[in-house]
Amino acid sequence: MENFELIKQGAEARIFKGLYLGKPTLIKQRFEKKYRYPDLDEHLTKERIKAESRAIVRCKNVGIETPALYLIDLKKRCLYMEYFEHSITAKEFIMEASNEFIEKLSYDIGATLAKMHENNIIHGDLTTSNILIVNQFGEKCFFKDYSKLKLVLIDFGLAHIDNSAEDKGVDLYVLERAIISIHDNPEKIFGLILKAYRKNTNGHNNVIAKLDEVRLRGRKRLVVG
Amino acid sequence: MVIAIGFEGSANKLGIGIIKDGEVLSNCRTTYITPPGAGFLPKETALHHRENVLAVLKDAINESKIDVKDIDVVCYTKGPGMGAPLATVAVVARTVAQLWNKPLLGVNHCIGHIEMGRIITGAKNPTILYVSGGNTQVIAFCRKRYRIVGETIDIAVGNCLDRFARILKLSNAPSPGYNIEQLAKKGKKCVTLPYCVKGMDVSFSGILTYMEERAATLLKEGYTEEDLCFSLQEHVFAMLVETSERALAHCNSTEMMIVGGVGCNERLQEMMEIMCQERGATLFATDERYCIDNGLMIAHAGAEMYKSGIRMKWEDCTILQRYRTDAVEATWRKD
Repeated sequence: MENFELIKQGAEARIFKGLYLGKPTLIKQRFEKKYRYPDLDEHLTKERIKAESRAIVRCKNVGIETPALYLIDLKKRCLYMEYFEHSITAKEFIMEASNEFIEKLSYDIGATLAKMHENNIIHGDLTTSNILIVNQFGEKCFFKDYSKLKLVLIDFGLAHIDNSAEDKGVDLYVLERAIISIHDNPEKIFGLILKAYRKNTNGHNNVIAKLDEVRLRGRKRLVVG
Repeated sequence: MVIAIGFEGSANKLGIGIIKDGEVLSNCRTTYITPPGAGFLPKETALHHRENVLAVLKDAINESKIDVKDIDVVCYTKGPGMGAPLATVAVVARTVAQLWNKPLLGVNHCIGHIEMGRIITGAKNPTILYVSGGNTQVIAFCRKRYRIVGETIDIAVGNCLDRFARILKLSNAPSPGYNIEQLAKKGKKCVTLPYCVKGMDVSFSGILTYMEERAATLLKEGYTEEDLCFSLQEHVFAMLVETSERALAHCNSTEMMIVGGVGCNERLQEMMEIMCQERGATLFATDERYCIDNGLMIAHAGAEMYKSGIRMKWEDCTILQRYRTDAVEATWRKD
């Protein structure tokens, strides 16, 4: 990992960038969490590296944009993957973009999630921080021409494969809550996401019904303090 | 200057506290403790509160050395909580408010914890982990409300600990969680248990079921009670610290605060402290006087509401068993 530069400490991992086999590469290192009991930490870390790699490969197979996977190093707790030179998170994008672009993005998020769920991939940690907006032409420009942008899903550490409406519903619920807690017009953004989701899935009725159920579950659990 | 008295009785703690502009005048409390192996039920808990509330009220007033005339507002826990105990305490608050001719304010219990934590620790705009017998929430302040960023999708972490204590027949005095914590300090071996994090949400029911089904076998296989307490704490706290860290990152926050009864667990505080150090954040935590349910926090949150101009009509001074943290607009916060 020489010549790699630390660019971010996320909640789960340290992110480095550099060159690997001549390609701009991002290393995601799930470093040791000192607060966790060592055996538990190692077990969880390995599970998540495996989950992430599997989900990325599966997404690639069905045509969902994710970073390309270059190397898995379980010993050093690292994943090597494609680095996007010019990208911002959907969270940053929504904070600055025009209403028109936010609407387009919301729609695209919905359509992408639909495709993901149609293939029984559950992301497990959907937030607007885990969706990247990448300029396909390598330009450092995100707010002028929407057609030049593509949407890339990242952070599959909690991903798994499941065909149940329950898990898909929870997946959407997690995203809804993340949007509510951070964005100014959550109803509109999530409304559009769901609209696109409905349009692009077959079994959506079950999933949306589950989502409604999970939302209620959310309110019920408030009991004693 | 505002002097407020607060009545709390949403669960098995009965507390009355008096506060004067952030200065603690009194904070009295009594706890309904059930025999080992048993939890507290609404009817008996309400009875406990009924039998003790006047004595606690007298203590709180005497200790504060104020004249009740000087009180500006009477505050009580409106919810969330168990119906019967809530109603018992609300009736007393309502009565004294009329006797003393003071305005009455119903306070959200969770908001009480948060505001008390903020004033005691001095945290400005922290991401909050609220952990108790009935609640497990990760909270961030956004657009005038305390938003629930993550929470338990089934039982609260304190409930999981309490019920595990019942499996081992641990004493409920001073609290089951405290006894688990003491035993866990002597634990050596860690059993692998379910670990359930969904985004920023957590789930504890699976771990509890796992323990209910296997505790007896594990004890026969050579694990000690200490080991089981240790294993359980390591797993559930790791889940809480992990989701808290995710919330910190998501909200770009540099302050982390722990409130609620489980928040006085030193192992949880230690784990959270390590996490905060690793990412350059500051941890704010309080001790059992303010962590565990108390009347003072209700008085303080009520005083903040009162100062910001909130008044409640008598007919609105009811109780709500379900009352979400984000149902309250934080009119007293200027940011």
